[in-house]
Amino acid sequence: MKKLAKSPWMLHYDASSCNGCDIEVLACTTPKYDIERFGIINTGDPFQADILLITGGVNAQCESVVKQLYEQMPNPKVVVAVGICACTGGVFKDCYNIKGGIDTVIPVDVYVPGCAARPQAIIDGVVKALEILEEKRKNYDKNADDGKGEN
Amino acid sequence: MEYANTIEPITLEQFMPQVIRFKMDNWRVAQLCAVRLPDGYELSYSFVKGYDMRTLRLTVATEESVPSITQVYPGAFLQENEAVELFGVKIESIQGDYHDKLYRIARPTPFKEKG
Amino acid sequence: MAKRSIVPFGPQHPVLPEPVHLDLVLEDEVVVEAVPSIGFVHRGLEKLVETKDFKEYVYIAERVCGICSFGHGLGYCQTLEQIMNLEVPPRARYLRTIWMEMSRIHSHLLWLGLLADAMGFESLFMESWKLREKILDMFDATTGGRVIFSVNCIGGVLKDMDETMLKNIVDTCNEMEKELKPIADAFLREYTTESRLRGLGVLPADQAVLAGAVGPMLRASGVAYDARKLGYAAYGDLDLEPITSSDGDSYARCEVRIKEISQSFDLIRQAAAKIPAGPIAVPVKGFPKGEYFTRIEQPRGEAIYYVKANGTKFIERFRLRTPTTSNIPPMLNMLKDCQLADVPLLILTIDPCISCTER
Repeated sequence: MKKLAKSPWMLHYDASSCNGCDIEVLACTTPKYDIERFGIINTGDPFQADILLITGGVNAQCESVVKQLYEQMPNPKVVVAVGICACTGGVFKDCYNIKGGIDTVIPVDVYVPGCAARPQAIIDGVVKALEILEEKRKNYDKNADDGKGEN
Repeated sequence: MEYANTIEPITLEQFMPQVIRFKMDNWRVAQLCAVRLPDGYELSYSFVKGYDMRTLRLTVATEESVPSITQVYPGAFLQENEAVELFGVKIESIQGDYHDKLYRIARPTPFKEKG
Repeated sequence: MAKRSIVPFGPQHPVLPEPVHLDLVLEDEVVVEAVPSIGFVHRGLEKLVETKDFKEYVYIAERVCGICSFGHGLGYCQTLEQIMNLEVPPRARYLRTIWMEMSRIHSHLLWLGLLADAMGFESLFMESWKLREKILDMFDATTGGRVIFSVNCIGGVLKDMDETMLKNIVDTCNEMEKELKPIADAFLREYTTESRLRGLGVLPADQAVLAGAVGPMLRASGVAYDARKLGYAAYGDLDLEPITSSDGDSYARCEVRIKEISQSFDLIRQAAAKIPAGPIAVPVKGFPKGEYFTRIEQPRGEAIYYVKANGTKFIERFRLRTPTTSNIPPMLNMLKDCQLADVPLLILTIDPCISCTER
C-alpha cells in the first residue's frame, strides 16, 4: 500500500452541475486524453475510491449525498472540484436552490476552474491531487504508526 | 410550411371536456406552464398532433383550484407537480402526487413572489 | 405471490453520469413499479430571468445543460426573435443549422458510448468517444469551446466560418462517416449487442403518444415526428425526412440514433453547399413585449421554449420543457415488468438528460 498515488481510483459525482464538466471528466478517461495512464481507474464505488472528482454548485437535495459519498471514501482521500460552479457557484450562484461551491459542504483540495473545464485542466488538477494524496498518505501512515488511528 | 401554434383562452368549466376531446382525438400533451400574475396564475397546456400545436390558456385566482389532467394524461404528473411545488398552484388529485417533495428545495414556492 | 421488496437505485450509480433516483418495487427479480425521485440537479434557472438582462440570459440558457447547450441557446434566441420580429440573416440560420447538427452528432455518439458502457462493452465505449472527439475538435476550431461555446446571440450568431473552415467540416464529416461504419456495425450487427437490445423495453406507438414520448424514442415506435420539419433555422431549405423504426424496442432506439448521425452528416454537407454570403447578425433594438412558444428538435427530442416579456429588460417568465421531462413517463411504463438487471440499460435508452429536466 506504499504507492497509493501510483494507482488511485477515482469517483465522479455530479452535484447539480450542467453536465458540461461531467462529460469532460468522462472524456478524460477516453483514448484522446487517457487519464488511465496515471494508473487511474474510474470506479462507481465510493468505498474503493481515493479521489473524488465533483462538479456543480451543490443544491439542497444533493448536499446530504455529497456528504455521504465523502464519508464513505476511505482515508486518505482528496477532493477535486471541477468547473467554476464547483469552485464558487459560477453562473448559478444567484439561484435560489444553489449553495455555491463544493467547499460549502466538504473540504476541497484542488480547484479546477473553467466553464466547462477543459480536459487538460482536469488532468492537471488530478495530477496535483495525486501529490496531495501522497502527502496525506505519509501523514496518515505516520499517525497510524504512532497508534493515533484515523488521520 | 406553416403549422398551427395558437394560444386559446378557455374557462375552467370548458377545460376538462376540451382535454378529453384532445385525448379522444389522439393529441399528445406537450407542455404545461404556469405564470405568476399579480393576483393569480396563468396556466398554459400545450397539445401537439402531427406538427400542429394548440395551447389552452386558463387564468385562475391564487386560491382557486384546478383539476388535474393526470386522470386523462398520466404522463403530465411531473409537470403538474412542478407547478404545484414551484408556484403553489392548487391542482386537485394528481395521480402520483409528490406533496411538495419533487425537488425538495429549501425555500417553498420560489416562483410565487417576484424578484 | 412473491414477496415485494423496494430497491433504491441511484442517485450515484456507475452507469449514470447524472444523479437520478428511482425506487424500484420488485417482486422477486421483476420490477412492478418504478417511482422516480428527481431534484438532485434542480438549480432554479428559470427564476434567473427575473434578475438578468434578457440578452445576458442567453449564457444562462446555454448552461441549462452541457450536452444540449447549443440547442438551448438557439431555442431561447428564436423565441425572442419571434417576439421582437427580428429577421435573422440567412447566413446565420445556416450556421446555426451546422452547429446544431454537429451537436446532434456529438450527443448521439456520447449516448452510444454510454450504452456500450452499460452493456459492459468497454472497447466500444472508447471507440465511440474517440470518434466524438473529432466533432469536439471542430467545435473548438469554429467557436473556441468544446462543450459550451456561447455562439448564439439574439438576432444571429457571434462567429462566422470561412470557406476553408466549411470545407474542413465537410471533410471531417466524410472521414467520420467512414469511421462510424464499424462502430454502427458493432451495435447493430454484432450478435451480443443485438441479443442484449432486441425486444427489450418495447413501447408501442399508441402508448408512446399517450405517455408523451418525443424524439428518437417516439420515432423508434414508428411515429414520424421530427420538429426540424417545422422549418426553423435553415431546415426548411434542406432535404430532411424523419427517421423511424417500427419495433419500438431498445434496438430500434439505437438504430434510429445511429441513422440520425448519418442524417446529420448529410444535413451538414447540404448546408455547407448552400450557405449564402452576408451578415451574421442583426442589431437588437428596444425591449421584447409579448409571448411565444417555440419548438425545436434537440438531440433527445422536441424541446419547447416559452417566453413572456413585458417590455422591460427583464423577462417575466421563461419556461423550458425539455425532452427528458416528456420521456420519463414512457420510461416508467417500460420499466414495468422488466428484470432488475435491465433497469440501467432501459434508463439509458431514453437518453436521459437530468440537468435539462430539472433546470
